[in-house]
Amino acid sequence: MSGFPILSLMLLIPLVGGVACLVSNAQTARVIALAATLIDLALGVVLWASYDIGGAQWQFTERADLFAGMQWALGIDGIALLLIMLSVFLMPICIGASWKSIETRVGEYMAAFLLMETLMIGVFAAQDLFLFYIFFEAGLIPMYLIIGIWGGAERIYASYKFFLYTLLGSVLMLIAMFWMVNEAGTTSIPVLMAYDFPPQAQTWLWLAFFASFAVKMPMWPVHTWLPDAHVQAPTAGSVILAGVLLKMGGYGFIRFSLPMFPEASAQLAWVIFALSMIAVIYTSLVALVQHDMKKLIAYSSVAHMAIVTVGLFAFNRQGLEGAMIVMLSHGLVSGALFLSVGVIYDRLHTREIDRYGGLAINMPQYALFFMLFTMASVGLPGTSGFVGEFLALAGIYQLSSWVTAVCTTGIILGAAYMLYLYRRVIFGVQKNADAAAMPDLDAREWLMMAPIAAAVLWMGVYPESFLAPMRQDIIALDARLAQARPAGDAKIKVAAAKPAVATANEEAH
Amino acid sequence: MDLQHWLWLIAPEETLSVAGLILLLVAAWGGDRASRLISILCVAALTAAAFLVAPALCSGAAGAGTEAFYGQYRADAFASFAKLLIYGAAGVTLIVAPAFFDRVKAMRAEFPLLVLFAALGMGLMVSATDLLTLYIGLELNSLSAYVLAAFLRSDERSAEAGLKYFVLGALASGILLFGMSLVYGFTGTTSFAGIRGVLGGEMGMGALFGVIFMLSGLAFKIAAAPFHMWTPDVYEGAPTPVTMFFATAPKVAAMALTMRVAMEAFGAQAAAWQQIVIFAALLSIVIGALGAIGQANIKRLMAYSSINNVGFILIGLATVTAAGASAMLVYLAIYVATTLAGFVAILLLRDENGAPVEAIADLSGLSRTRPWLALALAAVMFSLAGIPPLFGFWAKFVVFQAAVEADLIALAAIGIAASVIGAFYYIKIVKIMYFDDAADVVKGTGDWAHTAILALTTLAISPLGYLLTRWIGGLADSAAAALFLAA
Repeated sequence: MSGFPILSLMLLIPLVGGVACLVSNAQTARVIALAATLIDLALGVVLWASYDIGGAQWQFTERADLFAGMQWALGIDGIALLLIMLSVFLMPICIGASWKSIETRVGEYMAAFLLMETLMIGVFAAQDLFLFYIFFEAGLIPMYLIIGIWGGAERIYASYKFFLYTLLGSVLMLIAMFWMVNEAGTTSIPVLMAYDFPPQAQTWLWLAFFASFAVKMPMWPVHTWLPDAHVQAPTAGSVILAGVLLKMGGYGFIRFSLPMFPEASAQLAWVIFALSMIAVIYTSLVALVQHDMKKLIAYSSVAHMAIVTVGLFAFNRQGLEGAMIVMLSHGLVSGALFLSVGVIYDRLHTREIDRYGGLAINMPQYALFFMLFTMASVGLPGTSGFVGEFLALAGIYQLSSWVTAVCTTGIILGAAYMLYLYRRVIFGVQKNADAAAMPDLDAREWLMMAPIAAAVLWMGVYPESFLAPMRQDIIALDARLAQARPAGDAKIKVAAAKPAVATANEEAH
Repeated sequence: MDLQHWLWLIAPEETLSVAGLILLLVAAWGGDRASRLISILCVAALTAAAFLVAPALCSGAAGAGTEAFYGQYRADAFASFAKLLIYGAAGVTLIVAPAFFDRVKAMRAEFPLLVLFAALGMGLMVSATDLLTLYIGLELNSLSAYVLAAFLRSDERSAEAGLKYFVLGALASGILLFGMSLVYGFTGTTSFAGIRGVLGGEMGMGALFGVIFMLSGLAFKIAAAPFHMWTPDVYEGAPTPVTMFFATAPKVAAMALTMRVAMEAFGAQAAAWQQIVIFAALLSIVIGALGAIGQANIKRLMAYSSINNVGFILIGLATVTAAGASAMLVYLAIYVATTLAGFVAILLLRDENGAPVEAIADLSGLSRTRPWLALALAAVMFSLAGIPPLFGFWAKFVVFQAAVEADLIALAAIGIAASVIGAFYYIKIVKIMYFDDAADVVKGTGDWAHTAILALTTLAISPLGYLLTRWIGGLADSAAAALFLAA
């Protein structure tokens, strides 16, 4: 496969599909969009299959001198590979989710989604700092349109909030990037990842990048755009937002903040921990009292992302691996939960939890899928959520028992709000006649739910498939962070082994 | 010292003036019926002049060989870069204007001639290396512009715009002239090189006042805050093709002139004017952004947007480096393309009677009734806001990169954070066009020339524009190098 520009091709196909959608009628646009995303999924599978685990750190690299001041430089490591896989996996499902529910301006809608896909893949594949920024920032436009045109009642407010919040976060990062490029004399991300910036400057750079990634992540207290954006976005918009867009923040931390500014990361880790602890507890409590299903899941996203950030800043392998798995798992699970909400929203056109009840009786298949995803969100062993959260918490436990204690509480709260939601929607009496009359999943919905369910179980039962591609990269990152790793508070004292005689004596008794 | 060489250097100016004089006679005898023919011939003259200046830019002409008339005039790569933009903008104005004026039966033979003479004046401005050449060029441009602003004689708003522009413009010229007299008085010379030589060491109070007055006068011409007040009124009142012209060509000319004056004549005293420029830049960004938010007329909005953009361009000037100058030129080029696209799109907004639609509220739901027009206008808005992947991002990119390289990190951070305020009203236009219910006011259609220019300029500001970055960047670099070689 070497030399074949597969990444450029993956960027090009949705782009061409998007332009084609813009000029075609509704049904054609749907077919084009589905075809383009499926081709990209196929290419993604090829990408994963031909990815050489344990081989070079950066594979499928491409370079072209197209622009002044930056390069068309693409390439992926294991981390990027998995996030690209997540994107291309969720995209056809999103198109499927919008198949019937979007009836107005279908061509534009599909075009916006395909453009989104191009940009997301571009973010994960870019190896040039400014190319990354362009992809990172350009996502604002299609997302703004998706929320604003096809969103719910408060869509205008939500779209403004989304746009301006994220823009303000990222422009400061741009200034920091200028400084870095000026200092290091290169725009290449792999080179910058190994460049040692002076520690004083690192703090400022770290804060500038933090301003951007914290908003995208989103971390408390800049998370408030997320519930608004989610509630108002169409189902597929929510899936992409939760599934992939939020991962850009985590990807940013793991690709930029940690390797490029290890000292500052260690120094300012307390900021991350403090914000994450607040986020876990606060947003979980907020989620408990929500009446709107999508808002509830949106707040749970903030809480899960907080687990990601503590895992990332644990400065050890478990933490990093755990954070990555939580990101992938959350991408699948929250995407699936939004889809589940979308399924019943399409039937009853409300997201009020109280308008439902007893769905287990008339929608048993739906109840089963929803249960699986609820359990995965809670982190039940056997699902993807458990693997990630366990690893992330095990990682942070080596650094701080307090942070671990608080975050674990958040997981208990997570179980509370998810199970409470499940009980209210699925169990109980069928108090609403219209909800009781809703039909069960049809074939299209099966096709959307089943692949995600399979992936969730796969990741939960055999996480090695997902850990293997990124293991080398996590080890490399861990080695890079070793110079700055803060001391843990565990203070483990290994006692001298008891003399064997004593044991023998006890046994003798 | 060689007259023939000098005459060859000013060939573009000769072309324009001879063409202008001949066409003036045609206009005198042919009357308004000949206006279309004169427009076409003016565009031809501008094209010819553009071909004459292009070689200097491509070869990166600089140094003594480009000077004419004992240091009065310089035809270097820098001037050529600005002139190409000016001639281009003037040409586009001439192409789109007839359709606009014909509808109100106001197309007169003088219009293309005034634009031609304004372009000639602007060409002199960007080539000036002496205070006198500077002033002649500036006034030739300004006097034509005052008449152009009031061109719709029967329209009250147009007359008001012309009068306002004239009164305030004359005041600014007076301030500039006063500054020039002070500078001349304290340095004893009018040539930029001479002024630079004399202002080398400690600068006296008198000369400092001269510098400040001159920069204030120039700030008026580029519509930088706090000398921006005239802009919204003039932009709103002037006929739309004229507004388009004002927003592009004179902006380029005045900005290039400011660069030349600041870097060349006052280059040795950069510390004295750098703070002024920083202040004007930040103020322009903020006032441009805040002022635009409440606007209901799209031309007024574009006026505030131009103030906002001038602020960003001035950040490049504040760096006092060749990289900054090159960034300003790139910014100007992209800004001209974006503004042309924006105003051509505005010209295409017509109701069923063909009357221009200017109220922002009437754009409601434009994306449903006129999807391609809305798409172009949205591209303009996102480009002006500097959101990648549109090309407007590249303009801000190079300017802020130059600022960071010049160690003006605080300025860059504040400036770019303030740009987020500006983003608000740009995305508001997109919101009105895409999210709101259709008002269905825009019904008229334009001719093919409008559509072609809109398509071309929109393609230029689309992501495809990035493929031009190496080319534009290279040209701007050689132009900036020429400016600094002379300095």
